[in-house]
Amino acid sequence: MSWLLRRLFGRLPIGWLQLTHNRTRFAAALAGVAFANVLVFVQLGIMNSMGAATLRPYEFFQADLMISAGDANALNEGGNVARQWLLQAMADPDVTDGMGLFVGNVPWDRATKDITFTTFGVDPAQAAFLSPEIAGDAALLQVQDAALLDRLARGLSRDEAAAIRPQSPLAFETQGRTLTAFATFAGGGGFGGDGYMLVSDQTFLALFPARSSNAPDHILLRLRPGANPAQVSTRLKTLVSDPSLRIRSYADAAQEDLRYQQTRRPTGVIFGFGVLIGVLVGLVIVYQVLSTDVADHLREYATFKAMGYGPQFFLGIVLEEALVLGIMGFIPGLIVGTAILTLMAAITTLPLTMTPFMAVSVFLGTILFSALSGTIATRRLAAADPADLF
Amino acid sequence: MSDAPIIATTRLNHWFGSGDARKQALFDIDLTLQRGSFTVLMGPSGSGKTTVLTLVGCLRAVQDGSALLLGQELNGATEAMLIALRRKLGFIFQAHNLHESLTAAQNVIMGLQVHPGVPEAAAEQAAVHALGLVGLADRTGYLPANLSGGQKQRVAVARALVANPALVLADEPTAALDKDSAADVVDLLKRMGQARGTTTLLVTHDPRILDRADRILTLEDGRIVKVEERG
Repeated sequence: MSWLLRRLFGRLPIGWLQLTHNRTRFAAALAGVAFANVLVFVQLGIMNSMGAATLRPYEFFQADLMISAGDANALNEGGNVARQWLLQAMADPDVTDGMGLFVGNVPWDRATKDITFTTFGVDPAQAAFLSPEIAGDAALLQVQDAALLDRLARGLSRDEAAAIRPQSPLAFETQGRTLTAFATFAGGGGFGGDGYMLVSDQTFLALFPARSSNAPDHILLRLRPGANPAQVSTRLKTLVSDPSLRIRSYADAAQEDLRYQQTRRPTGVIFGFGVLIGVLVGLVIVYQVLSTDVADHLREYATFKAMGYGPQFFLGIVLEEALVLGIMGFIPGLIVGTAILTLMAAITTLPLTMTPFMAVSVFLGTILFSALSGTIATRRLAAADPADLF
Repeated sequence: MSDAPIIATTRLNHWFGSGDARKQALFDIDLTLQRGSFTVLMGPSGSGKTTVLTLVGCLRAVQDGSALLLGQELNGATEAMLIALRRKLGFIFQAHNLHESLTAAQNVIMGLQVHPGVPEAAAEQAAVHALGLVGLADRTGYLPANLSGGQKQRVAVARALVANPALVLADEPTAALDKDSAADVVDLLKRMGQARGTTTLLVTHDPRILDRADRILTLEDGRIVKVEERG
């Protein structure tokens, strides 16, 4: 490292030599930077997993447009939409198909752990609205009280899920009815439920007697190939007489849901602040280490000033220290952060992973904020007056 | 050029503080140091010795009067000019002020590294040579913590001299040294002055040094009250 820094700065690596001179303090400083990195990684991991978990159910369906109630910020939030708007939308020449989508939470009381499934009620005859993985089993839902279960659901053992097949279905009690799971699909636990379940709209209405077939939660529309969703959406808005309805492209609906979760839901805001706090903790730790180091070496710095070294030289030393702390603190932070995210993912089944983007952005952020801390710490150098040496 | 004085001050005055607390520390100092001379500045505490050193050493701004250092006027000089001039000087302080995390050789290299363009290998060679001159050839890789007080001060001397400065400013360099070490350090400064033409201005209370001086100036209450030529 000493050789490398010497080549990099073209001078003695004073920053490195200063930091490593007191190895205990150096180790503590690295641990501090690593800790801040771990904080940021965990918070970012949770934020990202919230994003992935929010978008995951949208991947179960294939649609071009979605009509929702005005207050439906997420798939499982807000009021219903009158089915009449589905019929009205079908009048548009570019709309080829439409399907009502029902959403509700279904508890499954198990001896070991109670599971809450976010349950979607769909029309089994409209397999084109389902993702290829699910569409293949859509016909199974024609049977009353049949279900497709999320094999990655929290609380459902992998062996138990793997055994679910049409030949060996799994029957279970929920909402006072006996459902039978004939097949599975890959979902995963989210923040609002332990997993997902797909049933037919008729089974859904049987599970939720208070709900009406005339009021699904959302209406999914498919358009003629080549049709422009934005133009169709604009046309539908003039066609539909309820101005409170949200008529958006399916992709926009997913992104708006994501933004809503990240910026308006308490969890998103809390995790966002968690990232900010991690960054601030790192900033304070590096600043504290560097400013203490500057204070401890004021006499030596004053001597260098007397010898004719200028401000750039001192800034270089402190930035060298910031760089060393940033890089060397990042490595253990990355390792521990990855380990914690992996452990949390195994426990919660949330999609918590260390992505290359996270690693690179946190690394660049660490270097940037370390350099910023170093630049602030150089202000203490003003106290090093060489005239005081005599 | 060789006949031009290294330092020439004319009616140099200096004040500390401001308003009612403003106090004059130097009064009309006229001081000329020729190349290669070894001058001792004496006087009681508070007489202004250190102020003279810091002014001619470009560590304080000249307020009133003229101070020519290596032919350049310090009164009105910019900070950049003062920094550039300081690179041509060698400083030895009462405390060695060595960098604790640098070896003896690395501390000496710092005296050279301030000059851009000195090759790394040449700097290392010069540092080892300088340490050899002060009798520390076998201590080049030692950290200051592993050197005695006299050895540290000799490293500081090597650091001040390694770049062949035109002027060495030394403030009580022997105060913390035993008799033998003090004599070694002063003899070394004297020898280097003779060999390289380095001018030395040394502040001291140490009577052991006086017989090595070419000239002794005595300051009292900010005024030069006595000039004793020994050369």
